[in-house]
Amino acid sequence: MKQKKRWSDYLWIAELLYLCLGLFNILFAWLGMLFFCIPLLVAIVGGSKAYCNRYCGRGQLLGLLGEKLKLSRNVPPPKFLRSPWFRYGFLTFFMIMFGLMLVSTWKVFTGAPLSETVTLLWVFRLPWQWADVSFAAPWMAQFAFGFFSVMLTSTILGLTTMVLFRPRSWCVYCPMGTMTQGICKLRNGRKAKSCGGTGKTNCGAAQAPRQ
Amino acid sequence: MAQSLKIAVVGRECVACGCCARVCPREAIAVEWGIAARVDAQKCVGCGKCAKVCPAAVIDLVKREKAE
Repeated sequence: MKQKKRWSDYLWIAELLYLCLGLFNILFAWLGMLFFCIPLLVAIVGGSKAYCNRYCGRGQLLGLLGEKLKLSRNVPPPKFLRSPWFRYGFLTFFMIMFGLMLVSTWKVFTGAPLSETVTLLWVFRLPWQWADVSFAAPWMAQFAFGFFSVMLTSTILGLTTMVLFRPRSWCVYCPMGTMTQGICKLRNGRKAKSCGGTGKTNCGAAQAPRQ
Repeated sequence: MAQSLKIAVVGRECVACGCCARVCPREAIAVEWGIAARVDAQKCVGCGKCAKVCPAAVIDLVKREKAE
């Protein structure tokens, strides 16, 4: 049975639009803060991963490319990629890099020169001088360069693992997904345990009352 | 409806992404508490669609009596 499409099924367009707008003018990178704040708010206030489950434009885009366009090999990712140490390790690494990006923004705020580069995969620095950032404060532009680097890098990683493994392999080690699941565990862990929903085998679904 | 011999079982390393719930034709899977996916044994027909899309490869199809 084919399910009726909802507006939330088209959020992959927002993800594509974001990447295109960022290429057009780097200051649009600031919009990416929505992709950071909304999942965290949903997890903290709502105690769920509704953002990942229904509203993640990147996940939808990877699903479309991998499943509909058959760009994915569709094989399970290697064990190391699925292991908790890799997920939490990648989250830690990601947060450190994010912290360094904030430090460079602070430096520009305090008078250091603006670095008009986008860094891909934390190593490759691409000159990005075509962006007109004259109408914004230098620190705002610096944050945009750094943030767009993060977004482009994670997109490249997501696309690579989509092609090599299953379409949404990125979801396994997505730092936002790991963070929101961690928040939900902290917030709901006790409640979930009492009804058997702890992530153990089959989570006691056959016996537990549905919430 | 007659139950199938197999049932989907979610492992403990579920990342709660919800890919399985989206493809389940019987709406037998839900991500609950944002922690892990749960399979409703009454609804699951053991088709295995969820196992094929799970990016964390934590869903197995097992004999129903083993899971229950």
